Amino acid sequence: MYIILVGGGKVGYHLAKELLAEGHEVLVIEKDRSRFDFICGELGSICMHGDGCEVTTQAEAGTARADILIAVTGDDEDNLVACQVAKHKFKVPRTIARSSNPKNEALFRMLGVNVTVSSTDVIMEIIQQEVPTHMLTHLLTLHERGIEMVEVKIPADAKSVGKKIKDLSLPTGSVLTVIIRRDQRPLTASPDLIIQTGDQIIALTPTDSEELLKSALRGK
Amino acid sequence: MRILIMGCGRTGAQLASVLDSEGHQITILDTNDYSFRRLPPDFKGTALVGDGTNDETLKKAGIDQMDAFVAVTQGDNRNIMAAQIAKYIFKVPKVLLRIYDPLRRELYNNLGLEAFSPTIIFAQLLKDNLLDRG
Repeated sequence: MYIILVGGGKVGYHLAKELLAEGHEVLVIEKDRSRFDFICGELGSICMHGDGCEVTTQAEAGTARADILIAVTGDDEDNLVACQVAKHKFKVPRTIARSSNPKNEALFRMLGVNVTVSSTDVIMEIIQQEVPTHMLTHLLTLHERGIEMVEVKIPADAKSVGKKIKDLSLPTGSVLTVIIRRDQRPLTASPDLIIQTGDQIIALTPTDSEELLKSALRGK
Repeated sequence: MRILIMGCGRTGAQLASVLDSEGHQITILDTNDYSFRRLPPDFKGTALVGDGTNDETLKKAGIDQMDAFVAVTQGDNRNIMAAQIAKYIFKVPKVLLRIYDPLRRELYNNLGLEAFSPTIIFAQLLKDNLLDRG
């Protein structure tokens, strides 16, 4: 695939290296002269000196034949514009933007950016997964369908403990899929299975029913 | 009219001061409070320090109640991002912005933004005057 990276900072440089190693055709567009020289020195002539938000620069970079454009500068507004220029001017099928402010993810999606990666969000997700006291962990979001995959841990004082799954009052649309029990293999969440303290339940739920699901499983 | 202006450079300050003297309710945003020195001493509007590409700053500036939003910072991309937030998230009825780069201006005009390029306008003005007096 032909992949264009806008921004040759630390993220852009390491991403370029990985993508080259996977055999892709890569071009990094970098505004800063010394950074441009550095990348050429390290990775060969896969870097172009210029402003990746500009139509002329993208034209010169052959953006019209790119399969993906990834904008990873340190500025959210530059990443947005680089993706929009690629999408609307050069019909690039897939654009990916890095954003620092997690709130920009929704905006970028609305404005036509295919994927937005917020480093703040990624780190928050890792913290949520690593900190065992967290009550409900987001594992995956299916944006188009408004569905979340979450993990819920069952505390000793939850009223669901000792109940069968079929007797729980789960919100409409929420489905328990798998239960991970200490020292056991994952169990299918069948209707007659009895919830125990310490169970880790993997569930699918509509985003707006998340709180209801949490109180059905963890409520006292 | 209630108008929110982002960027208190020469253009933003000039626009704010003229509209203010004509009785409009002006709020002007800039990331640097030193920029507000450009406002006249009798300016009756509100000057706020903040980044207009941040939706919380825009809310604080009262964007929900605005009749118009004008983005005139030095950065084309900042203006583009803020204008799209104002238009598509906050549904401000009238949104104007400056884009120096003629090609980007053309692209965003095609996408439905009311963008103006000083580069094109000023070059045209110079050309008209040159040929008129030639």
